[in-house]
Amino acid sequence: MTLKALFAASATAALLLAPPANAAELTIGFSQIGSESGWRAAETSVSKQEATKRKVNLKIADAQQKQENQIKAIRSFIAQNVDAIFLAPVVSTGWDSVLKEAKEAKIPVVLLDRDIDPSGKELYLTAVTSDSVHEGAVAGDWLAKTVGTKACNIVELQGTVGASVAANRKKGFDTAIAKHANLKVVRSQTGDFTRAKGKEVMESFIKAEGGGKNICAVYAHNDDMMVGAIQAMKEAGLKPGKDILTVSIDAVPDIFKAMVAGEANATVELTPNMAGPAFDAVAAFKEKGTVPPKWIQTESRLLTAADDPQKEYDSKKGLGY
Amino acid sequence: MTALLPRRGLAQLLALIVILAVDRVVSPQFFDLRLQDGRLFGSLIDVLNRGTPVALLSLGMVLVIATRGIDLSVGAIMAISGAIAASLADSHGLPVVLAAALGAGLVCGLWNGFLVAVLGMQPIVATLILMVAGRGIAQLITEGRIVTFSSPDLVWLGNGAVLGLPVPVAIALGMLILTAAVVRGSALGLLIEATGGNARASELAGIGTRAMILSVYVWCGVCAALAGVIAAADIMGADANNAGLWLELDAILAVVIGGTSLFGGRFSLVLAVLGALIIQTMNTGILLSGYPPEFNLLVKAVVVLAVLLLQSPKLTGFAGIAARLRRTKA
Repeated sequence: MTLKALFAASATAALLLAPPANAAELTIGFSQIGSESGWRAAETSVSKQEATKRKVNLKIADAQQKQENQIKAIRSFIAQNVDAIFLAPVVSTGWDSVLKEAKEAKIPVVLLDRDIDPSGKELYLTAVTSDSVHEGAVAGDWLAKTVGTKACNIVELQGTVGASVAANRKKGFDTAIAKHANLKVVRSQTGDFTRAKGKEVMESFIKAEGGGKNICAVYAHNDDMMVGAIQAMKEAGLKPGKDILTVSIDAVPDIFKAMVAGEANATVELTPNMAGPAFDAVAAFKEKGTVPPKWIQTESRLLTAADDPQKEYDSKKGLGY
Repeated sequence: MTALLPRRGLAQLLALIVILAVDRVVSPQFFDLRLQDGRLFGSLIDVLNRGTPVALLSLGMVLVIATRGIDLSVGAIMAISGAIAASLADSHGLPVVLAAALGAGLVCGLWNGFLVAVLGMQPIVATLILMVAGRGIAQLITEGRIVTFSSPDLVWLGNGAVLGLPVPVAIALGMLILTAAVVRGSALGLLIEATGGNARASELAGIGTRAMILSVYVWCGVCAALAGVIAAADIMGADANNAGLWLELDAILAVVIGGTSLFGGRFSLVLAVLGALIIQTMNTGILLSGYPPEFNLLVKAVVVLAVLLLQSPKLTGFAGIAARLRRTKA
């Protein structure tokens, strides 16, 4: 209900503010993975908003986490002869034949959020994704800058073992802090990207590190684990954000709530706006024939308690996170 | 030879002591306890507190397994009840929240029981339906988001303390006593065992096997719902995607470690809960050990294998034969 109201509001705003459309209205088909996470829901809502802003006719097909549904959706978009196809691939392999069909029909395909394997091929126009190694590096750099020269023991809450995002966010962070001898990851364990496991693992970290006295900072591969870890610290009588610094990744609304309360320090945003840059790339390609680079990297913004967390919370809470 | 067979419960107790000793080695402060905000604080309390959801699940699961059934849907029921509790928490009082969440568990249990007892479906298939659909229902309730709440009453249920013990632990203890009193204080336990041992013979002997089977699934649903409310209260939010995920397997494992056969018949409530504690003691130990997370599952598998081997009559039989051979040689 509130979502609908929000769309209606943004639609009217777009009508009033948008410059007169100079090109024929584009029709774009978007094969979305499904509702696997809050971030995914937010990506879908932001895509709709960005489409309305640009007067693009966006058709979204929900694949319910199944590749065969995505392939069906792409074939149906080809049959409808859309101007472009957006694809958020649920898995990285098995796209060759259906993307060839799109290419033969001269319909450009843009990958959103995830790349496919083999990457960089002629089968798609461009891929709009975030660099998760870079996200980890932004988190590490912030911590190094905030801590300065004093010795700092860090505990790390990893994502699911085997997930590429977890491996990359670890790699980026490790590389960033390797330059600073005073920063050391003393404990690292998986929290499966969930609040409950984040809390449980943090409880054990606190016990293992002298009741939390030896911990100077927590780094979590996503905000949800950090929300759980913050609860664990509070229950142990520690003050997260003051006794122990926190930095995590994703920028979901609840981490801003914690920031407003002074219990979290920083987060790195994984923007849900992958469709915006994709729309622009397609428009430029259609109108002027500009071929975009094979990879459009989205910005990984660092957001701290100094960046008006209340405003960030208000702007994100209606997106479906 | 019979003297060499482990006495009921001895193997489990031995396993728990060994794992506790290993935990003490990997983490010297394992048995340290202190009071924090009127609540005991320490790794041992973590084991009890984190073990609560699986302990509650195993209380229901052990009865279902005793009737030769199985309930794969308990994790999904946790997600549903947690979602309901979190959605209602800020607008309704605790009694309403609990009634709605536990009521949902009861309805889920009735559905499973109906499929198994009345329609005669295979339990593994019948409960698989709710395992898959239940998580979807929970996601519909939360609209795919993590629903958070701040109602102090419900938060207390997850993070409060009773006489220094975390509330969830006190609830699990209460449920164990209640279940044991009802099942063992009457002939009910015997009737459940008879149903699992031989349903047809029990039916002919005049036991209402249908009612027995229906009621154990209902109880299993209620226990799962309670575990779901506690899991939601713990993180002050309902995470429909992850709440109770794969916990049905841990619950089955707890029951099996507790020595109850998957072929039904004799069961032990206390040993099932002990099984849940063994699993959690191991999990907490792994977290404290500081090993890379890639080893978690491997360590877990090896420990479970060792615990189950310890109980295997065949293996203890072999040990007996070997001992006798040695004696005859000497």
